[in-house]
Amino acid sequence: MSVFGFFKRGGTATVTGHGTAPVARERLKILLAHERATAGKSELVVVLRKEILAAITKHLSVEPENVHVSMQCEDAISTLTVDVEIPGPVDMLLAAAG
Amino acid sequence: MAKVLVVTSGKGGVGKTTTTAALGAALAQSGQEVCVVDFDVGLRNLDLVMGAERRVVYDLVNVTQGNAKLAQALIKDKRLGTLSLLAASQTRDKDALTEKGVARVIRQLRSKFDWVICDSPAGIERGAVLAMRHADIAVIVTNPEISSVRDSDRVIGMLDSKTVKAEKDETIEKHVLLTRYDGARAARGEMLAVDDVLEILSLPLLGVIPESREVLRASNTGSPVTLCNPASAPARAYQDAALRLNGENVTMTIPRDRRNLMGVLFGRRAA
Repeated sequence: MSVFGFFKRGGTATVTGHGTAPVARERLKILLAHERATAGKSELVVVLRKEILAAITKHLSVEPENVHVSMQCEDAISTLTVDVEIPGPVDMLLAAAG
Repeated sequence: MAKVLVVTSGKGGVGKTTTTAALGAALAQSGQEVCVVDFDVGLRNLDLVMGAERRVVYDLVNVTQGNAKLAQALIKDKRLGTLSLLAASQTRDKDALTEKGVARVIRQLRSKFDWVICDSPAGIERGAVLAMRHADIAVIVTNPEISSVRDSDRVIGMLDSKTVKAEKDETIEKHVLLTRYDGARAARGEMLAVDDVLEILSLPLLGVIPESREVLRASNTGSPVTLCNPASAPARAYQDAALRLNGENVTMTIPRDRRNLMGVLFGRRAA
């Protein structure tokens, strides 16, 4: 490494303790791009769970804690998983719901 | 028409309370009626920074719960007749503030004052949401430091989703106030510069408050920095910010260390 390289900003800058602001800026940009992309989704799952639960309880009697909604986000495809635990055989419940 | 302003940040210790006191005093000095409200229930400090800690009898929680009238709880500043304080309670009950109670108190405050400045607690929990809930304008206090900028970004998202204005599909006016700024260090590339923070948060700048011993001197003596030493650099920066809130076009002064001309000339950015 040359003498000038020692003073260069960027990679070596973190070592010297000077000129680390560009590193901070880049780290922040990458992090926030990721966080902004995922921010709304956790809210979305909460809203979806609430509305799915409301739709189900119109027809079936289920306990709210037995309804699980989750979302997995991948690059190519995202999966929404709805897992509902219903007590007893469904045909009985259907009969009860009329 | 009254304006409700929230001073918020997400991160703690960035200068929300200092800012609330300084902006409140600066706006009150222009002759407008101002009330500063401490929403940090359980960890109240605005009374201390304003020098009114021994005058608190009733607080925000008493008023929201209907145990005291608003007029009984408002503490008039001894230096400025146009400035009032509504203190937070020291209760440890985090559910002490109710959505309904807060809505009612804000409505009452709107009818009495030109400015209602809500000092938000740190964090993103209930207290912070209630503080921003009825705001027309938000001042996001940010330090030129990564964790503070990240938390500010989070809070900006909350302002756009959890406020009454957002729910009515109206936009809440948002400004960044950069505090504890060291121009010389930013010029040497040691600290995020003003432009870096603005580019990342994509919001307009309300002001840049330089790192200064005057801020601690002011809180030590229980006086907003704009009253304690009005000629000091942080006080002038707060006065300019207050003028901008009033819609005036004031040239932005970015603090820099004049002693270190080399740093300014050869820095990444002559901030």
